[in-house]
Amino acid sequence: MLLEVRDLHVFYGRIEALKGISFGVNQGEIVTLIGANGAGKTTTMRTISGVRTVAQGSIFFEGRDITGIAPHERVKLGICQAPEGRGIFPGMTVRENLEMGTYVRGGKDSQKSADLEHVFHLFPRLKERIDQNGGTLSGGEQQMLAIGRALMSRPRLLLLDEPSMGLAPMLIAQIFQIVRSINEEGISVLLVEQNATQALRAANRAYVLETGYVVKSGSGSELLDDPAVRAAYLGG
Amino acid sequence: MRDWLLYRTFWDLTITGLALGSIYSLVALGYTLVYGVLRLINFAHSEIFMVGTFGALMASQEFLGIPMLEDGGYPYRTGFMLLVFLVFILLCAMVFSGLGAVALERVAYKSLRGNGDLFGAVVLAFLTGFVVSMVFVDDTLANVIVAAILTAPITMGYMSLFRRGKQSPRLAFLISAIGASTAIAEAMAIWGPEKREQYQTPRILEKDVLFSFLGADVRVDNVIVIVGALLMMVALTLFVNKSRLGRGVRAVAQDAETARILGVNVDMIILVTFALGGVMAGGAAMLFTLVYEQSRFNIGFILGVKSFTAAVLGGIGNLKGALLGGLVLGLVENYASAVFGGQWKDVVAFVVLLVVLMFRPTGLLGESLGRARV
Repeated sequence: MLLEVRDLHVFYGRIEALKGISFGVNQGEIVTLIGANGAGKTTTMRTISGVRTVAQGSIFFEGRDITGIAPHERVKLGICQAPEGRGIFPGMTVRENLEMGTYVRGGKDSQKSADLEHVFHLFPRLKERIDQNGGTLSGGEQQMLAIGRALMSRPRLLLLDEPSMGLAPMLIAQIFQIVRSINEEGISVLLVEQNATQALRAANRAYVLETGYVVKSGSGSELLDDPAVRAAYLGG
Repeated sequence: MRDWLLYRTFWDLTITGLALGSIYSLVALGYTLVYGVLRLINFAHSEIFMVGTFGALMASQEFLGIPMLEDGGYPYRTGFMLLVFLVFILLCAMVFSGLGAVALERVAYKSLRGNGDLFGAVVLAFLTGFVVSMVFVDDTLANVIVAAILTAPITMGYMSLFRRGKQSPRLAFLISAIGASTAIAEAMAIWGPEKREQYQTPRILEKDVLFSFLGADVRVDNVIVIVGALLMMVALTLFVNKSRLGRGVRAVAQDAETARILGVNVDMIILVTFALGGVMAGGAAMLFTLVYEQSRFNIGFILGVKSFTAAVLGGIGNLKGALLGGLVLGLVENYASAVFGGQWKDVVAFVVLLVVLMFRPTGLLGESLGRARV
């Protein structure tokens, strides 16, 4: 298993946001975590990236225990995230934002420009905006920038936190299309979504989070057909 | 008529004002950098400047052996040798201030961010032991021995206070800043070369008039200050915008959480930020001693307040704002002292700050907050 989370407990101040969740991502899979606001999805993602402290439980990446290591070490190992709310650096240009993805690696300019070309191939819009400040982009462009920036780090596991948030339906479809093609390049994806229909269609496997617990898991299509999931997350 | 004085000496005042303003700007950069990254006013930054003036003094007196003016007969260096001397003194001041700023960060602030920093706790424990022992004996060596013995147990106490992942309240940072400021200044007053006295620093170059500009005499030291400060600011801007670490500084200033997710080592970036601010303050200190040829353990206070004013005036968190704010403040002060008399210059400077903040609460060029235009 590429990523394995075992009995993870995380506190947010005094509130226990994750009450012992376990799940995993296999090499080459798209796995999605769905759930309502406050279910603990973003906390899970931030904990995997290493910016939340684990109270109990452990996280394994390629069999190695990474529970205690620093966030930059995790990026080096190949875990990179496009965070919730996109996290674009508003005062940096599109190019500088993308190059922040290679921050850990350092990297030669020739490598960097190859990676840049790859991102521009996926998101031609970003190339048109290359010298514009990140803060001036539209929501959809910012989301593309956030995903592109994460790809610049050459991840083995891409974490996507609510990539469809605040986007028009057409853009959402486009983003999911791109997530699939990234996955086809061999990058495993862990996807957090409130837009459950799209996420379940794209995913190989899925977990349902409720108030800090995993309450259900299965293949994407199984959960799409599950009456309880339909009632709770897919609008009946 | 006093304004005749302003009229007659306008260009003189402009040039010396720009020189003074450049020094404010360099120190203001330190406030602005740290504020941009930590949202913290580093009140001990003024003392980092003061430490730099001592670095410059030490370099010129101890290392280069430049004699004091009253001892007479100093053969002033010229040309290339002068340049070498100036650069050496500059580097020494920068090293003093830079190391001072880094130590300040690790001792006074890092532990408060909940990183359980052993280095900071040990130093703090040693200092605590030292102060405690001073109550009982007044003998430096005995104090050091007692402090060393007490270090281990007090360190353990501090380490349990600075537990991992526990961020202290913002007020704690402010108190720590003010405490560190007092501690550094008083340490210099007790153990510094001149104790509490004001003292002269050796004259490094003859202050010839270089050329005349609209009837004003442009002295060589003023030119060195203005050009030197500009060069340092250009270097800083290039570093922040082009280098990998500089990008890290900007990223942390704009969105620290995302920066961490992308693998920026935020603690290291904070250290770099303090070092950059310290190096700029060291540069300012060297230029200051070049012009004013004096220092004192509390010299940082007024200059620090003025530079902080400059940073706020230009828009704190904004590098260009620090430059503009410093220059504006330097000029305003000089003109005001010609119009109202020297004793009014501080009043006018702070009134200008108040007026600007009334109409532009984020300073002339705007705060960076979140979208750092660094």
